[in-house]
Parts: sequence; C-alpha cells; structure tokens
Amino acid sequence: MKYKVLNTRGSVDDIMKEVKKQGGLNAEIQSRIGHQLRAMYDDVVRQGVPDRFAELIRKLDGPEAAVAQAAQTDQAAKTDGRD
Amino acid sequence: MPLTDSLRDDILASVPSLRAFAISLSGNGDRADDLVQETLLRAIANIDSFQPGSNLPAWLFTILRNLFRSDYRKRRREVEDAEGNYAKTLKTQPAQNAHLEFEEFRVALDKLPQDQREALILVGASGFSYEDAAAICGCAVGTIKSRVNRARSKLSALLYVDGAEDFGPDNTVRAVIGGNS
Repeated sequence: MKYKVLNTRGSVDDIMKEVKKQGGLNAEIQSRIGHQLRAMYDDVVRQGVPDRFAELIRKLDGPEAAVAQAAQTDQAAKTDGRD
Repeated sequence: MPLTDSLRDDILASVPSLRAFAISLSGNGDRADDLVQETLLRAIANIDSFQPGSNLPAWLFTILRNLFRSDYRKRRREVEDAEGNYAKTLKTQPAQNAHLEFEEFRVALDKLPQDQREALILVGASGFSYEDAAAICGCAVGTIKSRVNRARSKLSALLYVDGAEDFGPDNTVRAVIGGNS
C-alpha cells in the first residue's frame, strides 16, 4: 500500500480539490462508506416484517378496503392532533 | 392486476426493505413506519394500476419516495431525532465505538441534499440498478449517476477528510493513492 499525506487544513472545498488532484476518492474510503451504508440499511432489513404490517396486508381484501382503511388512518391522525 | 395471494406475499416480502428505505430517508423509526403503512395502503388501493410482471419493489419504492417528498418534507426534520431516535430502532446495540461511528455516519448522511441521499441509498444500499433508481426518482440515468457520485464525495469529505482524527494525531489524512501492491 502506498500512502500520501493529505493536508486537511482549509475548507471542505479545498480538500475536495486536493482529493481530486490525487486521482479521485480513494478506494479504501469508498469501500468504508459503502460498507457503513449497507450495515445501517441491512440492520433494519434483518428485523423482518413487523406484525402490524403482516396483519394489515392479510386483512385487506382489496382496493376498497385499503381506501377505507386509509381514510380511517387519516381521521385517527387528525384526532390525535398529530398534524 | 387483482390482489392475489401471491401478490400479497410479494408485497409483504418487500416490507423489510421499504422500512430500511423509509428510515434511511426520514432518520426516524416511528415516522418511517407510518410512511410504510401509508405506502402499503396506497399500493393496495391502486393495485389495479400495477402491471403484472413489472418490478414490484421499484413500484412500491416509487410510492414511498413520492409520499415522503410530498408529505414528510413539509415536516421539519428534527436533528435530535436523526441523532438519537434511529439507534432505538435497532434490536441489538452495536459496541460503543462502532455505535459512535454509526451515529457519525447517520449524521453525515442527513447532511446530504435530499436528491443525493435518496440516489445513494437506492443504488448503494437497496441494490437497484441506475436505471431502476432513475425510474423511481423520475429523472435521467445520468442524473442518478452524478447524484450518487456527489453523495459519495461529500460523505467522504464529511467523514474521512474533515474528520481527520480518525487517521492520525496531527490533523492529516493518509489517502491511499496507489492501491494494493
């Protein structure tokens, strides 16, 4: 591995110019960002389907039921004073 | 198409990634689940307009993304939620250092412009092709590519260049310029 020390004194824009001059964003940083992004996302994916959504999809028998349910949810949100 | 049992199963199978997308966009677990619920209701209410054989996850993500942009952006994003609430949605708490690093990432992600954040998540985490991501966001493929690139540049500046203490005691960063040799 070859390293070069980047001077980071200055604005983010200056630093980005410096990074560009050095041949673009380095592979190590890009792979860390990709890894963190997927770790954050996959953590939620692994939680699976919460019961409330499984029940919701199971009990709706078609478009009309979904429209009725949506109207009910809107009403509940209003009386909750959430909006 | 009609709401068949197999379509119901397919919608259900998309719920985990819809939640992950919603949390990544909104930075708030409770709000994200409201968004997912509304997405499911809209999807089923409009199921007749879904083309059989087309990409169901992309269709559902489009609904969620449009709902987020129309309703949720009106609400002020709460910074303290972005920093604290997300961690509560995790089943397992990461170790302290990993947790801090994770929070920093979350905060940096929230600093990206909305267009760049959604493009990066769709391509980098949800695993959509540039073409699908462009269809979901209603823009050109080239636009998605440039948004993803800008998002990556900005994140690396925020996380790894500006925050240079990660790399050494003297406010410098060692940038790998040569790759493996």
